[in-house]
Amino acid sequence: MGQVFHPSANSLVRAGLGLLVILALLVLSSALLVERSPINTLVGVALSQPVPFSHAHHVDEIGIDCRYCHSSVEDEAFAGVPATERCMHCHSQIWADSPMLAPVRESFATGVPLQWARVHDLPDYVFFNHSIHVSKGIGCATCHGRLDQMPLTAKAESLNMDWCLACHRHPAPSLRPVGAVFDMDWRRNIDTPTAPGLMERNGVETRGLTNCSACHR
Amino acid sequence: MAHVNMTGCRRSLMQPSGWLAAMVLLTLSACDDPMANQPHHEPLERSAFYADQRASRHTVEGTVARGQLDDDRYLTDYRGPDDPLPIDVSLATLERGRERFEINCIMCHGGAGDGRGIVPARGYTTPTSYHIDRLREAPLSHFVRVMEKGAGNMPSYAAQVAPRDRWAIALYIRALQLSQHAPASALSPEDLEAIETGAAAAANETPESSEP
Repeated sequence: MGQVFHPSANSLVRAGLGLLVILALLVLSSALLVERSPINTLVGVALSQPVPFSHAHHVDEIGIDCRYCHSSVEDEAFAGVPATERCMHCHSQIWADSPMLAPVRESFATGVPLQWARVHDLPDYVFFNHSIHVSKGIGCATCHGRLDQMPLTAKAESLNMDWCLACHRHPAPSLRPVGAVFDMDWRRNIDTPTAPGLMERNGVETRGLTNCSACHR
Repeated sequence: MAHVNMTGCRRSLMQPSGWLAAMVLLTLSACDDPMANQPHHEPLERSAFYADQRASRHTVEGTVARGQLDDDRYLTDYRGPDDPLPIDVSLATLERGRERFEINCIMCHGGAGDGRGIVPARGYTTPTSYHIDRLREAPLSHFVRVMEKGAGNMPSYAAQVAPRDRWAIALYIRALQLSQHAPASALSPEDLEAIETGAAAAANETPESSEP
């Protein structure tokens, strides 16, 4: 009985194995790329909302402070989404007949809350606290981007763990004076203390910032 | 809400054939992670348990929440002008009042308290100016009560301005009133001179240059 395979089959098998390895690497790297792309992180993707609320209009054109609506951001973990009553503070008289605001009026009349889609939804095993970040000089725009330029609200950052950790390892470059936290357009100027100076002035303690238990409990 | 997370896919990734499945799962954003959505409620999350679907429940009437134990001194203890003010009359309180005023009040009442804010400019009823005799003579507690209960076209701000801050804002309103109604005799000679030179400089400017 003659040989089943010609000696050249050896090379074919080697080439085939090589191709398999390359294919595996390709699949792996594309999976990682997809995982970090907006398909997964939803960065820049505006979710469908009951009312097309514009931060650009309310923050930039009207000049409302972030804390008018997100009033617990300085004191609590959750920044707070305003009750319908707060929308109606103005919209009982302004744009009071606008079809776009019909869901707001219905919610106000019936007491059934508006069901906003959550744009920044951290996994439940992450215990993020707004108040500590705000009081240590992390600006809203540092994590949320230029909301004052977003007609529809979308994530500006992935909120991936490595993104959080980059700042927890080296907070200094992300700090600003505490009084500038809510300034969307803030940038470093000649009077801004140096990054290490801000660490000291804002009382940022790096010890423990990268402990697991800082964010996971 | 479907939340994509690599952790949730690890089981399938361990099998050689799992990669393709993982790719498809990731692409469809359908890989649900039970750790990411645990059976507890975040604030304001939707709840399947309660009939009205609110996870955040209204507090029972009369509840004193954590941090509110001290609030009576700002809410009910002050009964009239004979009682001492529940806040320090200090620069720090004024600064706090200004900050809270600029967050909560300035859109309607305007930076000078004359009622010419941007919201009335867009069609809301113009609020009463602080610079009328009735409000100049009103005690601080009047403004505090209006913030708490609302008045006329102004709704209650009790949900967004803490009781202590209402007093700080009222104090700042008083400062605003003084800023528009100070007798010249109360000014220092330097201030008077600054006003005179300022007025002279403004008069010397051509109308074009004073336009914004």
